[in-house]
Amino acid sequence: MVSATSELLPLADGCLILSHRLSEWMSNAPTMEEDIALGNIALDLLGQARGLLQVIGDETGVTEDELAYFREPQEFRNPLICELPNGDFAFTMARQLFVDIWLAHVWSELAATASDEQVRGVAEKAIKENAYHRRHSSSWVVRLGDGTDESRRRMETATEALWPYRGEIADDRWYDAVDAALTEATLTMPPRDAWTQRSSLDGWHTEHLGYLLAEMQSLARAHPGATW
Amino acid sequence: MTRTTEARGWALLEAVPDPEIPVLSVVDLGIVRAVEESDDGRSVQVTLTPTYSGCPATEVIMRDVRTALQASYDTVDVRTQLSPAWTTDWLSDKGRERLHGFGIAPPSGRTTLPLIDAGGPASCPRCGSSKVEELAGFGSTPCKALWRCTTCREPFDYMKVH
Ligand SMILES: [Zn+2]
Repeated sequence: MVSATSELLPLADGCLILSHRLSEWMSNAPTMEEDIALGNIALDLLGQARGLLQVIGDETGVTEDELAYFREPQEFRNPLICELPNGDFAFTMARQLFVDIWLAHVWSELAATASDEQVRGVAEKAIKENAYHRRHSSSWVVRLGDGTDESRRRMETATEALWPYRGEIADDRWYDAVDAALTEATLTMPPRDAWTQRSSLDGWHTEHLGYLLAEMQSLARAHPGATW
Repeated sequence: MTRTTEARGWALLEAVPDPEIPVLSVVDLGIVRAVEESDDGRSVQVTLTPTYSGCPATEVIMRDVRTALQASYDTVDVRTQLSPAWTTDWLSDKGRERLHGFGIAPPSGRTTLPLIDAGGPASCPRCGSSKVEELAGFGSTPCKALWRCTTCREPFDYMKVH
């Protein structure tokens, strides 16, 4: 059996880091409903990350908190796209859709094939949560892409800016789903064969992850061993 | 040896409310998978399935369940079982009625996979009108969406199909 750690870490870290990014929108979203929506999605992702980090921790003899708060940037395996700064709302929603589509495929596969019961349970639950996330992100991508000149310009800019960061999450199924979503939004998907980063699998990250972790880990590192 | 249907344990759990929707007991919510009592009746093991991945109520529920059972058993063991995942299909009929009475429209359909039909409330829990519209897909807790009745104009919570 392949080590759960190597297989699950990109997924667990992706959920954790994206959850933290989304939490940065709290009190800053365009409307109160969006504040609440992004908070809910962040919380789901955090719960999913915790479920997996517990499994990884059990296998490697550390706690979920040690994994989340006491690893260095190069030890994280989240896809680069999850750590990118939020940008504007269009960027956040396009990124969310790209990641939601990746997660939908990953969760379905794990629910069907994972040998570990906890991993299967996390995935079964996440499939439904993910469906609601994707409903939200895809409706925003359509609304902005097929909206005003300004919202369309922002959605196009977001898609182009995100494209070099799809490397760890893109496969044929992903491209097909993204293509369909962007077509519905009256946008054109950038070329499948365009260059992309994929360095997180080797522990190489953008400069942004270090700053994110500095904030996310500061409390735990200032008070090691503290619990609620 | 354990017995699997334990009226005393279930009765105690019927009195443990969900912390976020207190008109529902943990039994109505459908998260109690099993209650097993030892032959001498002094210890009990309860198996729960959490509702949502990041639901802050989960830890409170586990604590409340333990406290309620400790009143009647010397040893209480509370376990979680993630698979199969909890679904709103497991809400009791009594729980659905209570939700409605509390002003929360109960889930209107059954869970289908892989795609979810979020459905919509059958009627406004305040005036009974079927003329309702969605305001926001996410609400004050992970389980809810925000809807509005176009007859009485009141906003209300809808418990999403999950
Ligand atoms: Zn009404």
